[in-house]
Amino acid sequence: MALASPGARERPLSPHILIWRWHVTMAMSIFTRVTGGALYAGIFLLAGWALALVSGRQAYDMYMGLLGSIPGKVVLFGFTLAVFLHLGGGLRHLIWDLGKGYAKGEASASAWAAMIFSIVASVAVWVIAAVTGAL
Amino acid sequence: MAAHSKNSAYRTPLGRARGLGSAKSGVGRFIGERVTSVALVFLVIWAVGSALTLARGGYDGALHWLGSPVNAVLLLLLLVVGFYHMQVGMTVIIEDYIGKPVTKALLLIANAFACWCGMALTVVCVLKVALIGGGS
Repeated sequence: MALASPGARERPLSPHILIWRWHVTMAMSIFTRVTGGALYAGIFLLAGWALALVSGRQAYDMYMGLLGSIPGKVVLFGFTLAVFLHLGGGLRHLIWDLGKGYAKGEASASAWAAMIFSIVASVAVWVIAAVTGAL
Repeated sequence: MAAHSKNSAYRTPLGRARGLGSAKSGVGRFIGERVTSVALVFLVIWAVGSALTLARGGYDGALHWLGSPVNAVLLLLLLVVGFYHMQVGMTVIIEDYIGKPVTKALLLIANAFACWCGMALTVVCVLKVALIGGGS
């Protein structure tokens, strides 16, 4: 490794994240990580469900009433979206682990596919919930 | 790079690493993250379907649902695998963004506590209802 001599011209810096143009693979990468963090919080909704169930009928009805309220439904829809986005992101990682899907066009296409899948699947689940009387 | 000895300034990072072998640990965690994600693909799809059933059934429906051994086993697997996957995922995030050794260690410990406490709590709740039934 050569040491820079005094007065040498400054070396170019690597591009910083803030000056990068947003592209879909970058967005999906960030979404996968952010939704992972969101699910970390979200699983405690499931823990609350288990705790309410073991506490008896009254606690369970109260907890399900909380989840069924308008703010509860908004949170649950976000939870659904996070589940499917993270699932889509995870599937892309599994495909990459097989050594496939790295080409520029393929990576972008799978990023779009994961995002569209998450929205379609979330809406579908909530439509099914509405139709079957689960709402 | 600070010169620790007369020689080290002239040695490349590769030269220093050569002969030391692998990093010794970390591969298991990497593989664990992948294996749990494969399991979670199926468990999560099952869980979404189950949530729809549970949303309709009320308290009695939930007791009946958890009384089925298949549901109880799959729910326990979801919880154990899910909390493990959570811990590994958050470990990666902490190690990526937190440089200070003490802060990093404290966050990694808090992460482990949150995941293991969550796992123990939910597993006991589910087992109690699945084996003994509801109410207290």
